[in-house]
Amino acid sequence: MTTETQHEPKLPVSGPAAAAMIAAGIGALVIGILTTGAVIIEGLKAALNFWPPAGSLTGKTLIGVILWLISWAALNASWKDKDYDLRKAFLITLVLLGLGVILTFPPVFEAFE
Amino acid sequence: MSLSVRELWTAVHGMFLGATFLLAFAGGLAGLYSLRPKWLTPEGIRERVVRLRWGTTIMALAAWLTVITGTYIVYPWYRAKAPAGADLSLYPRSFLKADPSLAAWHTFGMEWKEHIAWFAPMLATVVAYVAWKYGARLAEDDQLRRMMIVIFILAFATAAIAGLLGALITKVAPVL
Repeated sequence: MTTETQHEPKLPVSGPAAAAMIAAGIGALVIGILTTGAVIIEGLKAALNFWPPAGSLTGKTLIGVILWLISWAALNASWKDKDYDLRKAFLITLVLLGLGVILTFPPVFEAFE
Repeated sequence: MSLSVRELWTAVHGMFLGATFLLAFAGGLAGLYSLRPKWLTPEGIRERVVRLRWGTTIMALAAWLTVITGTYIVYPWYRAKAPAGADLSLYPRSFLKADPSLAAWHTFGMEWKEHIAWFAPMLATVVAYVAWKYGARLAEDDQLRRMMIVIFILAFATAAIAGLLGALITKVAPVL
């Protein structure tokens, strides 16, 4: 016996899901860029030291989270009523996330020290 | 037996909040994996969706609280600079860096953990948002459901890396 959910037959547009995924990738990439950037640019490391007890980690993560939220809001505003290619959004997310992981991997950013 | 304030916060950060996220993962993954119209009645899907929505929301909150307590409460104790002549066992980062055979716990372990940990709450939030936004209709969109499974696994993987490194570092140089 089939158990199709006939009470909710129509899927909502895919734009909001695509926006949420890509924004998370952007947040991860920003944290990665700032992590490696703080090693390359001494002034950046000092500028990211928002709260001295926790050092530059506070600036890297706070900016990463703020840009994640801003990019999510902007992408969602653009795509909230539209369909977006989910496969494309997913691949973009994986690439951004992968770059974020690489740029926070110590052997990578230590290469610039 | 007694715990200092620092040990208590370290336990809250790693053993309560962090472990809540990691232990709840299996339940969340099973919920996402089994959310299929062929396997469940419409009533079953509705019930699963309620659990999925609240389960992923609680996991995302746990992940956020884990990184916030870690960065703003425990980490400052870990990285506090040791004054000259101080007992280094009270200053974990200085203790690790002073011994070449232990230094990698800081230069690799803590340096990676403190950054990659922040990926987990953002990824977990995506899954919770999609669960609330799409609800039972997520069951009908196999592609989106599979994508959420991958993102959920990536959230777990980044949290697991951070959690494992944190546990091992605490074993070598605890925050006392």
